[in-house]
Amino acid sequence: MNFDAFGLQAFLMLGALLFVCGIICMATKRNAIGVLMGVELVLNGANINFVAFSYYNPTFRVEGQVFALFVIVMAAAEAAIALAIVLNYYNNHTSVDVDSAEELKG
Amino acid sequence: MTLFEILFWIAAALTGLSAIMVVVTQNIVRAAAWLLFTLAGTAGLYFLLASDFVGAAQLIVYVGGTLVLVVFGVMLTAQGPFVNLRTGAGEWVFSVLAGIALYATLATAAWVTAWDKSEPQEQDAARSSNIAQIGMALTGIREATPEGSITGMPIKPGSPPRSRWRTAYLLPFEIVSVHLLVVLIGAAYLARAKRRKAEGATP
Repeated sequence: MNFDAFGLQAFLMLGALLFVCGIICMATKRNAIGVLMGVELVLNGANINFVAFSYYNPTFRVEGQVFALFVIVMAAAEAAIALAIVLNYYNNHTSVDVDSAEELKG
Repeated sequence: MTLFEILFWIAAALTGLSAIMVVVTQNIVRAAAWLLFTLAGTAGLYFLLASDFVGAAQLIVYVGGTLVLVVFGVMLTAQGPFVNLRTGAGEWVFSVLAGIALYATLATAAWVTAWDKSEPQEQDAARSSNIAQIGMALTGIREATPEGSITGMPIKPGSPPRSRWRTAYLLPFEIVSVHLLVVLIGAAYLARAKRRKAEGATP
């Protein structure tokens, strides 16, 4: 088996595994912070793909890493704002169950 | 098996198993702990892929910042030791089936596609100019990859010369910086304690 192809595809498969775990986590967790963890898993799966392509394709040597850095910063911002919303919701309802958040409908 | 493969399998096993445990466990504190191992394993993969700056940023920003934020969120919204938000069995079955189908699709696409098999150049972390390249790209001093094009396809010899795309990232870097500042101000505004209004409302 070709080492390069094996390496890239193995990294892509691991990224896909993290992505799917995040999707299942978002779908099944009823705790709002659990949903947030699912989002983090999805972003990490995408990041693994970016960095793997940056290693195995020299054209994207800088691009993949720069995009991965942007994703990391975006994830930090997203976690901050999501936790603020969750805390605000918990202050009003004393619950973090996403099933009971029906009042947020517009 | 080369050393690269052995290290890959160690980091991949740590990352993948921890990610599965994040999904499986019902206790939100344990899920946060498993997420810590997932993020640390991902940082190990970045170091393995010779992306040392991204790995360091992953450790500092993700493990040291975002995860601590999540853990604080867990603690601030704790609902007593025995309150568990359980998921129904039907939802579990449907979600896992959908997830397996999605993974089969993604894995098949990753496996079947004929990726560009360019040789990964030898990366010596001690002597590489990796961080310098990223810094130059973020400040936009020069083109990030002079020989590269936007699509990543090699330029054919007969084709007309492409317009000089400046593939540097000064503007996205500034946008991300301002975005992060605005988001943090907004988060502080949203999560602030509203004690004063409550005291005024109650006689």
